[in-house]
Amino acid sequence: MNTTWSRFNIASLVVGFAFLYLPIVLLVIYSFNESRLVTVWAGFSVKWYVSLFHNQSFIDAAWVTIRVGLFSATVATILGTLGALAMTRYTRFRGRLLFSAMIYAPLVMPEVITGLSMLLLFVAVGMDRGIWTITLAHITFSMCFVAVVVQSRLVTFDRSLEEAAMDLGATPVTTFFKVTLPVILPAVVSGWMLAFTLSLDDLVISSFTSGPGATTLPMRIYSQVRLGVTPEINAACTILIAIVTVGVIIASIANKQREVQRARDEQAAARN
Amino acid sequence: MKSLGSFRRKFAPWNDPEAKPFIAIENVTKKFADFTAVDDLSLNIYNREFFALLGASGCGKSTLLRMLAGFEEPTAGRILLDGQDMRGIPPYKRPVNMMFQSYALFPHMTVEANIAFGLKQDGMNKADIDTRVAEMIKLVKLERFVKRKPHQLSGGQRQRVALARAVAKRPKVLLLDEPLGALDKKLREETQFELMDLQMKLGLTFVVVTHDQEEAMTMADRIAVMDKGKVMQVATPAEVYEAPNSKFVADFIGNVNMFEGMTENVANGKIEIAVAPDNMLIRTDATKTCSVGQPVGFAIRPEKIRISRKQPADATFNSAYGEMWDIAYFGDMTVFHVKLDSGRIIKAASLNAMRTVEDPFGYDDKVWINFDTDAGIVLTA
Repeated sequence: MNTTWSRFNIASLVVGFAFLYLPIVLLVIYSFNESRLVTVWAGFSVKWYVSLFHNQSFIDAAWVTIRVGLFSATVATILGTLGALAMTRYTRFRGRLLFSAMIYAPLVMPEVITGLSMLLLFVAVGMDRGIWTITLAHITFSMCFVAVVVQSRLVTFDRSLEEAAMDLGATPVTTFFKVTLPVILPAVVSGWMLAFTLSLDDLVISSFTSGPGATTLPMRIYSQVRLGVTPEINAACTILIAIVTVGVIIASIANKQREVQRARDEQAAARN
Repeated sequence: MKSLGSFRRKFAPWNDPEAKPFIAIENVTKKFADFTAVDDLSLNIYNREFFALLGASGCGKSTLLRMLAGFEEPTAGRILLDGQDMRGIPPYKRPVNMMFQSYALFPHMTVEANIAFGLKQDGMNKADIDTRVAEMIKLVKLERFVKRKPHQLSGGQRQRVALARAVAKRPKVLLLDEPLGALDKKLREETQFELMDLQMKLGLTFVVVTHDQEEAMTMADRIAVMDKGKVMQVATPAEVYEAPNSKFVADFIGNVNMFEGMTENVANGKIEIAVAPDNMLIRTDATKTCSVGQPVGFAIRPEKIRISRKQPADATFNSAYGEMWDIAYFGDMTVFHVKLDSGRIIKAASLNAMRTVEDPFGYDDKVWINFDTDAGIVLTA
């Protein structure tokens, strides 16, 4: 394999990464800006972080976001996993194709349409808009993502594990909780994390379905930006980026270590 | 201690008209949409028997096993286990356990936890579970590996965990789906004897599905040879080999030379068959009642055919002249392919009892083949 770095390769790497990360790097740098003006550097400071933690409306919005995220991700994971099970287990029922298409459709549905239709529904049934309507809407769109993630794991799941459990006397319910769920758990957890992330950064659907007193962090940031970007927002975004980055790094390190350990175990097993 | 063989020879409940079958499969049919996997099949399996279902893939043997385990319900007919009709009884309520071809070990549990799984489902108390698990681990010699997970074990060790898990509950019947299929040849041969030993020790009824005839012949008390969802013959390994009841069974088990001919003479317990294409006359003991002028088959195993350079004393029957076409040396024995003048290839095997042979057969040697009147078998089906 040719491993030399040609000029072209280096150039495309630099351009590509610059395209991806330049805006984020700028945002992070300016969050530490002393100056109130976003585009003028006036020295290093963490004062915007301090002021952020004294801004009650931001804290409230963050709290709403987290509650919506935790709750909607959990419910979406349960529903999405059940959907994925139905999809992989009952492969030959009438209208299966339609059913699977209906699970995938919301993935490509424009958010504006999803948001609007949810709004119309809530109005029609006379539901007061607030944190619960946001949560319901988030469950609706994120459960499809969970279903897709879990389904991809279930396709390779060895059904004979379940048969073995039942053969050994486990009822179908016990079999699910003692065998199926532990084996597919990594996929269920990634599904949950995906749903949580989606809920965390959703703006469009939340805007449609929120009501007075229920403002999520993205909504707060967006409304603030309309009055002008303050370094406080940069600070808020930097914190979000930091959380996501740390999460991703921890997840991938854990994953890598598991793989290395597994490979080592398998080699050791083959030797004796 | 007596060897297994001496016990096995005496063990023949299927010849006892008083004996009650432990598993009675009565006219069972299983259809998947248009495909008939098992076709009106009846079979009796006796207590403590080591029974093998042998057949090529797609013959319905695995489906039959899955019906015994309760994963499939028969479309028609019924299965009785120890006198009890199994219809509608789910797998988790049947007194049978299965060892899966893929082993199906729970990947998230240790060896110990895998073996204990079934016992826990029975609500056994902790102390008894521990005792039983320890006993099972000792039985399959896995003491050093109790805390390991399946991916930390070799293929042979996994197979033993699967076995221990399946017998831990002391099922009335143990079902084994290609139990040795994933092992390499050497390990497979050792494990065959371990399985037989285990079956004797625990006194269980084993039903094993296999496509490997050597495996079935070595381990089983009786073999059911299956084809297209039907049982072709049920008999002891020796009977299946020496007295197959049809051309299919004769051909399926081991190597065979098959002749097609017409009966010419039936008298004094002998049958004479004219094999027109090879211009050969076969004189054989009457193993079947035939009439004169009936088309029949004649099967003879390669090891029952002799090869010589000299013409046999009476070359008017059971002999033919040809040339050495192929020689396959296996170490313990050699298989010769002799091409007759008619163009037909006859397989003849001889045991290499001596380390060296004076003047061994070579390619293109002109040789005679011949065999005794009790060496082959007449087949009408």
